[in-house]
Amino acid sequence: MLSLYGTEFASRLLLGTARYPSPAALAEAVRKSRTEIVTVSLRRETAGGRSGGAFFEMIQELGVSVLPNTAGCHSISEAVLTAKMAREVFRTDWIKLEVIGHHDTLQPDVFALIEAARILSGEGFQVFPYTTDDLVVAEKLLEAGCRVLMPWCAPIGSAMGPVNQSALRALRANFPEIPLIVDAGIGRPSHAAVVMELGFDAVLLNTAVAAAGDPAAMAHAFALAIEAGRQAFRAGMLEPRDMAVPSTPIIGKAVFQ
Amino acid sequence: MKFIVNGEEREVAATTLHELLSLLDYRGRWLATAVNGELVHSEDRIKRTLAERDRIEILSPMQGG
Repeated sequence: MLSLYGTEFASRLLLGTARYPSPAALAEAVRKSRTEIVTVSLRRETAGGRSGGAFFEMIQELGVSVLPNTAGCHSISEAVLTAKMAREVFRTDWIKLEVIGHHDTLQPDVFALIEAARILSGEGFQVFPYTTDDLVVAEKLLEAGCRVLMPWCAPIGSAMGPVNQSALRALRANFPEIPLIVDAGIGRPSHAAVVMELGFDAVLLNTAVAAAGDPAAMAHAFALAIEAGRQAFRAGMLEPRDMAVPSTPIIGKAVFQ
Repeated sequence: MKFIVNGEEREVAATTLHELLSLLDYRGRWLATAVNGELVHSEDRIKRTLAERDRIEILSPMQGG
């Protein structure tokens, strides 16, 4: 089971709710993914509170937990206030903390992220920090009170997959007890399988599912890949070798000359 | 009085945050509010008085990744 701040989940796939072709497509993708956690956001309301309400009531009908984010925040104060407003609306201490530092790559401002995580942890939030794969930043986030880490494996929405597997391995090796969730950069199910084979605990997806030709079918494909990767990690995989090793035993082989 | 509501200047005859929401027809259950960068809980809106040029943010749920 995946344990996040004391709550256990059978599914190891977290799904974003943005960019689907329709609300019905989102709902079907959630069902096919078998996810138990979806990410949501907050934005300025222009329709008297009714447009956001309709969306959130649809999410509630799906029976999943929500992980609100601070997407779009570029400063500590913005992120902290957005987190507080999210807690007001969604009635959860969970917050996916994003503090963006670079417009083109959407790379997190890890210095602001650490400080915001420290402030929010001190105010009772359970912080899911969107971070890079930097080991030292990860240590600082844990010192700030985080009990989950969500490193990218490539920039958000890039679909590049795990570009620095050695960094992901280092995170896993250094923090064996901390839930590690890859939070950005996954493009296809094989990418998700790779990070799960590395021992990551879960994968958070959005664009790879939402922008697929058939989001529900892709959500199901990701669910299978994530489960396959997890089972492979637990089964113990063969390490690569430089030389061939015969798979068929030599002993008892007939000699014809 | 004039306020900055979600980044836009609005003239509203409101003295409290509760009145402002009502006059601007914000009636949904799923709203979060802040005045001048400070969260105002839903139960406190009725007593949160407003001043000229206060910056008011009114947020609600939306899709997110």
